[in-house]
Amino acid sequence: MVYHWVNSKGASLGVGTYSDIWRNRYLDLGYVRVDPVVLGCSQQMHPADWKTLDWSSKAARAFLQDALEHGVGNQGLSVPIRGPLGQYGLFTVNHRCSDDEWADFIETHRADLIVLSHILNTKVIALEGEAKTQSRTALSPRETESLTLLAIGYSRAQVAQTMQISEHTLRAYIESARLKLGASNTIHAIASALTQGIILI
Amino acid sequence: MIRFIFADQLHKFPKLRDTMFQDRALQFKTRLNWAVHVDENGFEMDQYDAMNPLYVIWEMPDGRHGGSMRLMPTTGRCMINEHFGELLTDGPVNSPLIWESTRFCLSPHAKPRTANALMLAGGEFMKGCGVKQYVGVFDQRMIRIYRMIGASPKLLGQTGQGSDFIGIGLWSYDAQLHERVSKIAGISLEQSLEWFEQSFGADPQFAMVG
Repeated sequence: MVYHWVNSKGASLGVGTYSDIWRNRYLDLGYVRVDPVVLGCSQQMHPADWKTLDWSSKAARAFLQDALEHGVGNQGLSVPIRGPLGQYGLFTVNHRCSDDEWADFIETHRADLIVLSHILNTKVIALEGEAKTQSRTALSPRETESLTLLAIGYSRAQVAQTMQISEHTLRAYIESARLKLGASNTIHAIASALTQGIILI
Repeated sequence: MIRFIFADQLHKFPKLRDTMFQDRALQFKTRLNWAVHVDENGFEMDQYDAMNPLYVIWEMPDGRHGGSMRLMPTTGRCMINEHFGELLTDGPVNSPLIWESTRFCLSPHAKPRTANALMLAGGEFMKGCGVKQYVGVFDQRMIRIYRMIGASPKLLGQTGQGSDFIGIGLWSYDAQLHERVSKIAGISLEQSLEWFEQSFGADPQFAMVG
């Protein structure tokens, strides 16, 4: 079993049951840049059986061979995890058995494994103190600028002109700021950004 | 045929991608007059399209978009919680077994039963990936379509009347229902599985050698 999580600040942490020798080897040889599990799952959102990943490159084949020699099983299922702040992670179960046995196991336990990965992850977020309610409202510099200028009384046209963008683009900034703040309209967004100290006037 | 494509793979299907975003503009902006953004290319895209969602797309024989929907897990950022939270009387939806389905769209050139094929594909994804339920937002005209497809949702919340109606529905996976949707769609379960396998199954070319 391996669990790996990258939090909203980009720091990563992990825990697993692979041998120390294999873990150190994996890190030393920079296998993270070769590993089809990491490459294939980091952009996805659905649980992936290792067999469905792309193992065609020479490096991937050599990596797999090395992994097997170091006690990693031939079967794996990896569940990508997404957090509300843009965090991501991967929960993997690994085993050595035939394809049929593995297919049966996955069919029976897939939902449990998905839930398990989620529970584990929720716990990690709580331990990290990275609660959902916190820093959800990190606005981009352009979003902050848009709201600040509106808050000091500029019209949309004036804001757009000041920021040298079209009103169309401005609308997109305001809209994404509004969503991040969970506000129901622009005025609400400005009010809550002010109360939370996200914008200062 | 049905294709399951994550956003970061859409570039491999430029015609399908472009016609999908154009059809979305036509449906959501021109026809429904929703407050959506259409860019200079005539594409309707929003911030969730930038989060690498999964598109379930019906591709017509000429390679154009016939219909589509967009799927995302509810554990990350998603539209239901961020846009329609006030309609969710029991609080936000947040479960690894519930995904949201949004932007259900049909091309004006779509053949009959395209919506059925999409719904069937949605069920196939649930079956294949362990998702138990979809939550989705829909307008009034969809109520009749869902009924015809044979998969009406459970209503979680609603607002407005008539053409302003917006509902939040929950669809649960059920093997019998999946079979019924397949029958009404006129697409066999085997065919449906084959499309799923083409997108998510093992490709012998990339096989693991162990």
